Amino acid sequence: MIKRMKEKIIHGLFFLNGLLVIAALLGIFLLLIVTALPAFKEIRLSEFLFTAVWDPTSYARPSYGILAMLAGTLLVTCGALLIAVPIGIGTAAYLAEVASPRVREIAKPVVEVLAGIPSVVIGFLGIVLVGPFVARIFHTSNGLNALNGSVLLAIMALPTIISLSEDALNAVPVSFCEASLALGASRWQTVILVKIPAALSGIIASCMLGMGRAIGETMTVLMATGCAQAMPHSFIDPVRTLTATIAIELGEVAYGSTHYYALFAVGLALFIITFMVNLASDVILHKYQNVVK
Amino acid sequence: MKSVKIIKISAGNFSFWYGAMKALSGISMDIYENAVTGIIGPSGCGKSTFLRSINRMNDLIRGSRADGAMLLDGKNIFEPDVDVVELRRRVGMVFQRSNPFPKTIFDNVAYGLRVNGIKDRNYIAAKVEKSLKDAALWGEVKDRLRQNAFELSGGQQQRLCIARALAVEPEVLLMDEPASALDPTATLKVEELIHELKKKYAIIIVTHNMQQAARISDYTAFFMMGELVEYDQTTKIFTNPSKKITEEYITGRFG
Amino acid sequence: MKAKQAEEIIGFLLLRLCMAVIVVILCVIFYDSITKGIGSVSWEFLTAMPKNGMTEGGIFPAITGTFLVTVITAVLAIPLGMGCAIYLNEYAADTMVTRLIRLSIRNLSGVPSIVYGLFGVVLFVQFMRFGTCLLSAGCTLGLMTLPWTITASEEALKNVPKAYREGALALGATKWQSIRTNVLPYAVPGMLTGTILGLARAAGETAPILFTGAAFFMPFLPESLFSQFMALPYHLYIMSTQHHAITKVRPLAYGTALVLIVLVFAMNFSAVVIRYHLRKVKKE
Repeated sequence: MIKRMKEKIIHGLFFLNGLLVIAALLGIFLLLIVTALPAFKEIRLSEFLFTAVWDPTSYARPSYGILAMLAGTLLVTCGALLIAVPIGIGTAAYLAEVASPRVREIAKPVVEVLAGIPSVVIGFLGIVLVGPFVARIFHTSNGLNALNGSVLLAIMALPTIISLSEDALNAVPVSFCEASLALGASRWQTVILVKIPAALSGIIASCMLGMGRAIGETMTVLMATGCAQAMPHSFIDPVRTLTATIAIELGEVAYGSTHYYALFAVGLALFIITFMVNLASDVILHKYQNVVK
Repeated sequence: MKSVKIIKISAGNFSFWYGAMKALSGISMDIYENAVTGIIGPSGCGKSTFLRSINRMNDLIRGSRADGAMLLDGKNIFEPDVDVVELRRRVGMVFQRSNPFPKTIFDNVAYGLRVNGIKDRNYIAAKVEKSLKDAALWGEVKDRLRQNAFELSGGQQQRLCIARALAVEPEVLLMDEPASALDPTATLKVEELIHELKKKYAIIIVTHNMQQAARISDYTAFFMMGELVEYDQTTKIFTNPSKKITEEYITGRFG
Repeated sequence: MKAKQAEEIIGFLLLRLCMAVIVVILCVIFYDSITKGIGSVSWEFLTAMPKNGMTEGGIFPAITGTFLVTVITAVLAIPLGMGCAIYLNEYAADTMVTRLIRLSIRNLSGVPSIVYGLFGVVLFVQFMRFGTCLLSAGCTLGLMTLPWTITASEEALKNVPKAYREGALALGATKWQSIRTNVLPYAVPGMLTGTILGLARAAGETAPILFTGAAFFMPFLPESLFSQFMALPYHLYIMSTQHHAITKVRPLAYGTALVLIVLVFAMNFSAVVIRYHLRKVKKE
């Protein structure tokens, strides 16, 4: 009987441990809401979402509009995806189709190693390497702008896109490819016309996850995009993202001020955006799995 | 066999489901002490399900459900107050594929004792030796008890699994095609062992091999599509079955 | 026929080029940080306190701080991650709650690191009154590492054959006995591999510790769990963007970057070595 009780207790403890994960996610969400809410006593939601001026420290009239940052985040992320998606899928296709097993043994760790480099190091190299390079080509003063950020975020998103896309490509049944090859298609045609379309939802899901990573990335964009407080007009404008704003300002703000709460509202917006992107990736992936079944 | 027959296990209108699929329907049969009961039938006939119901191993499968009675010494093992862990100690099982743990030979046999709370080292050592002797493996392994069990041959591994089951002093021994992965010599050894073991235990063995069933079992049950077609003394089943379909099966016309 | 072949050759060439880009990126990162960083790295750099407003001296407190905060992260993330993985793989039935747990894990791993930082500020720094310190930062990083630890641990548990569990249960072992004696011993090395990879990522993170405990400049070691600390990634951030003499301290920044990279790679490498040995043992 004691044995049975003990088993029940152990089961219960592990169950609680499992629930902790749900509690953590809910906790993050709720704490963000609770801490962000007081901001909207003084800021209208429409001002927060649809105006472009973020100037919380102005003596005359502080303004809290995240539109410019939102645009900055989107601009940098889109730029990153424009670079990372083709290269990422290409590399995944190389690993899945072209590389010999021996090359793959070496190439896969290369991708893993790239994934392991801390974001702050990438940001640093953005300042000392990519920055001067961009400055020379576009004749800007220091090269800290959206383009720089996009290049760095692409590097950060690439490992995610590559490894998940490769998984998706490898999951395509061999019979599909054999059928295509037996009909006289070349291996290239088979990859383009059969394999990639068959793995498409997995590939899209991987790109969405890469996108989620890019949106939420802080240090690289904080260090390399110039962090200017204005609506960006092109890739060579300096921009400031949602993440960078929090990172720059939270350290200097008084606890309990409207500015403090407003920064949590920015965090909440960030949380919701990444949550939606990840959820969409999840839904796409599950649909795909059901089709295969 | 001619002495008084003691009923060890008794299935009464026993049915079993995996989710919506009915795997066993209305099985009623008595299984006797100190005898080998063979269960034969084509693949998917429910014979393994029946075997795994006797120690409630099927509980591990999600969505499974039992109905009717399965009595062990007159007590229904599916009643809620039954301690499944204790039941599994009383009803030992040997699996189709030998599944020694990746531990030493000694630790494999001692495992069941230790999880049942026995700490006395001398007792464990003596029990391991006795179990290995009972499983006719002692002579082959006595000098290398500290070696990993995976270094044994397939037949030795299976006898090790039998020794492991014997160590916890079960009353019933379930064997799920214990020789199907073994070569003829190893099979013969396991069969001789089963013949020895029935002096102490009630043994129920599922087998695909008709000759094996005829050789080693005292009673034979023929299952088909989840139903018990015929159950009788082995000599009767193999020489003069009362149902045509049984005869067709044992003469190899299907299955 | 010719056109088809040419198309294939060009197509595959493009794919090779993509791979080449990745290799080049990695080589540039390594080449740049090693050639420019190695000059600053010396015994003194690794073991001395920073001096003269961080324009001279070493990064010893940053190395120690990163080490300490990673230990706290491990203490938190390893048991909780393993426990959750054990629940999911060994106990959980396919219920609504289980699916919710899995959904939460996937979404937790997608939450931006700066949002973890915000969460840490509210929960650990303020609500629990830890203040900005090692403990707050470690807890924040631990929470961030949790989803990775769970996923890796579950993978390791899945690799333990079902027969080990069944064999133990058939001998009258209770569920927990079978897990403890016949599943965990074979899963733990695999669990550790995945966990170390997660910890390496945590050690290199900056955003979650920005406001939960990392100090700008602190020329002594943290005295307790409730002290602030210097950390390698945050130090690199400061040396490259916030310092009053950025160009002058650039070599020190390079040196810090190199040390950080080496540290993260040493952790990754040890994980890979464990994995390699594991495979070898399995084959035998």
